Amino acid sequence: MTSQYRTGPGDNVPVALSRDGPHGPVLHSINHAAHARGMQPGERVVDAQAIHPDLQVEPADLDGDHALMQRLMYWTRRWCPWTVQDADDGLALDVTGAAHLFGGPAGLLRDICQRFAMQGLTARVAMAPTRGAARALARYDPDLTICTGRDVAHHLAPLPVIALGLDQATTRLLTRLGLKTIGALADMPRVSLMRRFADLAVDRNPLILLDRALGRAPDPLNAPPDRPYFIARARLAEPVIDPVPHLKGLVEDLCTQLAQAEQGARHMRLTIYRIDSEYRTVQLGTARASRDPAHMLRLFDGKLVRMDPGFGFDLLTLEATRVEPVSLTQERLDGQPDSDADIAGLLDRLTARLGKDKVTWPTWTQTHKPERVEGRVPALTAAPAAPPALPRERPLRLLSPAEEVHVIYSVPEGPPSQFRWRRVVYKSARHAGPERIAPEWWLDRPSTRLRDYYKVEVQGGRRFWLYREGLLHDGRGGAPRWFLHGFFI
Amino acid sequence: MENDSSYGQILRLPKRKLSARQNLAAPAERPVLTDVFPSLPTDPAATGFVLALLRDADGPILWVQDYLSRQENGQLYTPGLRALGVDHAVLQVTVSHPRDVLWAMEEGAACAGLSAVIGEIYGGPAALSFVATKRLALRAEGSGVPVYLIRSGDPGGLSAARARWRVASIPSEPHAHDTHSPGHPQWEAELFRARGRPPGRWIARHDPKAVRTADRFRLVPRPDDGTVEADDVPVSDRSGG
Repeated sequence: MTSQYRTGPGDNVPVALSRDGPHGPVLHSINHAAHARGMQPGERVVDAQAIHPDLQVEPADLDGDHALMQRLMYWTRRWCPWTVQDADDGLALDVTGAAHLFGGPAGLLRDICQRFAMQGLTARVAMAPTRGAARALARYDPDLTICTGRDVAHHLAPLPVIALGLDQATTRLLTRLGLKTIGALADMPRVSLMRRFADLAVDRNPLILLDRALGRAPDPLNAPPDRPYFIARARLAEPVIDPVPHLKGLVEDLCTQLAQAEQGARHMRLTIYRIDSEYRTVQLGTARASRDPAHMLRLFDGKLVRMDPGFGFDLLTLEATRVEPVSLTQERLDGQPDSDADIAGLLDRLTARLGKDKVTWPTWTQTHKPERVEGRVPALTAAPAAPPALPRERPLRLLSPAEEVHVIYSVPEGPPSQFRWRRVVYKSARHAGPERIAPEWWLDRPSTRLRDYYKVEVQGGRRFWLYREGLLHDGRGGAPRWFLHGFFI
Repeated sequence: MENDSSYGQILRLPKRKLSARQNLAAPAERPVLTDVFPSLPTDPAATGFVLALLRDADGPILWVQDYLSRQENGQLYTPGLRALGVDHAVLQVTVSHPRDVLWAMEEGAACAGLSAVIGEIYGGPAALSFVATKRLALRAEGSGVPVYLIRSGDPGGLSAARARWRVASIPSEPHAHDTHSPGHPQWEAELFRARGRPPGRWIARHDPKAVRTADRFRLVPRPDDGTVEADDVPVSDRSGG
């Protein structure tokens, strides 16, 4: 949620992320400084701020965190084929038969820590024969990282029972019963535990979770399948300079792959790998998912001349970096072209050539300031919004920013009788107004001045929209200034 | 004496030119490329005139502006379009160079899903050549999308446009309730070159709140524009010989 351009606070400043709790915001996660001061996640933000007034609180981006964890889960498949997300903040990797590729278990864990650190993330890692044991050790035992088959029970014994992955209510109950550690729980007779927690679900039952952690019950890792990845490659025998002759084959190959998976590309990336070990890319977006080779080829028109081929390249790849499902669509029976598809294609071509921010739909904001009412969104990312009803007549064109004009008036609070704009003097013939536009009260600062807008028709017939900023003696600056803001037709 | 026929006296009615009787407010049957020249570089009358010519349709409008016309004429303010009765979504393309404006307009003119393509080019640059306008005109006629080119600050070179207008603001109609306020806008519109109809000069009136669509935009003959022929002779004199 925070802007990436803000510098973060130092390490000794307590910082917390908050999320909405049942009775107001609660701490979602905290940094080391806050942890050292004794704060706990789940505490209410107002309580923590009352005790620690210098605590900095930012809202947590839960959806963003989830998306990041999903990406990390697929990224960790570089070490082993089966990975799965574990709770909100963990990843479980089944490295059976994979550790020797990275120099044994110790080398694997070192590699994992290093590569997370390279991405700016701190990872706490542990390896154990069962998933439950690895989870408990990684989260609750900071010293031990590798635990072999025989001493699982020995290493788990001193950890608190919550390390098994129990919920709060069961943990509280076990603590009240005096079963504070996993060792104490394991020493209890099975029959009494079974009878006491018979009505709990499988994934919350302490006995079953204990059995899983100790390897007495199976706990398979159900990894989601890999995301589909669409890429077309062209390997060339000799380095070449011009990518255009190879593009058609690449596009057709990619479209065939997409058609087999019933997907369409929303975003594509063409990469050339040069013989001097450099690479250059061109990226393209589409307004709606497409797998039409002719359309894609047209989008690449004029984009390839800006790629610097250097001394030549011998490998081209075309990836579909974002795909969406596309099913076969029925053409209109009367033979007319589909206008929606037409416009989507037009948006793609305009955006590919001119840039994302040059092709825009309007958006509307509820605000008093006329120049803020209309905003612009890139046409590829949004659909056109219906405009709101406007209570007053508005000009067709707006100067941005408004241009200051020199005005002669008969009374200071009245309309202009003559004004000079861009070195031409205009004499007022008729006028309508004033329409007073002041900022919203929550945006009103001591220096903000209200505006009085006039629609002025000058001799000769042109109609202008002028405003006077402020009033005489309003205590917010000197004499009011006049600006020309727009034109009526 | 024919003046004393049994049916009564024959009145001397002036014979009118074809142009005055034609319903010129209705746009041409085939959508074409239309050039509109404002008389002064920053006069927004041309924009209003183009918007008044638009027909009701579902598709969006493609609006392309180059850098100079944004600076000189101001940006399009879409809340103001509502007041003119234009409810189309507006796809706005803002580019720097007139070459890109022409390219974007040509892409748009080939796209039958749009209801109109409106381009603004300031100052009559070299890129806006006869060939460029010919391409636009052919695209517009091929796809059936009307294309309007607003050429402000332009002396008016060679063009393949099927209709070329020169538009200037004139004082508005009297306001119905307030004599000090400007009323509905009026423009002086001069059709100085057109294919398939004679040129002429009119007063264009725009009333976006009129109930009937046909009443929103009217072209009224000027009293002094010669729509009544000077050498007007009674029909009876010609037939009588």
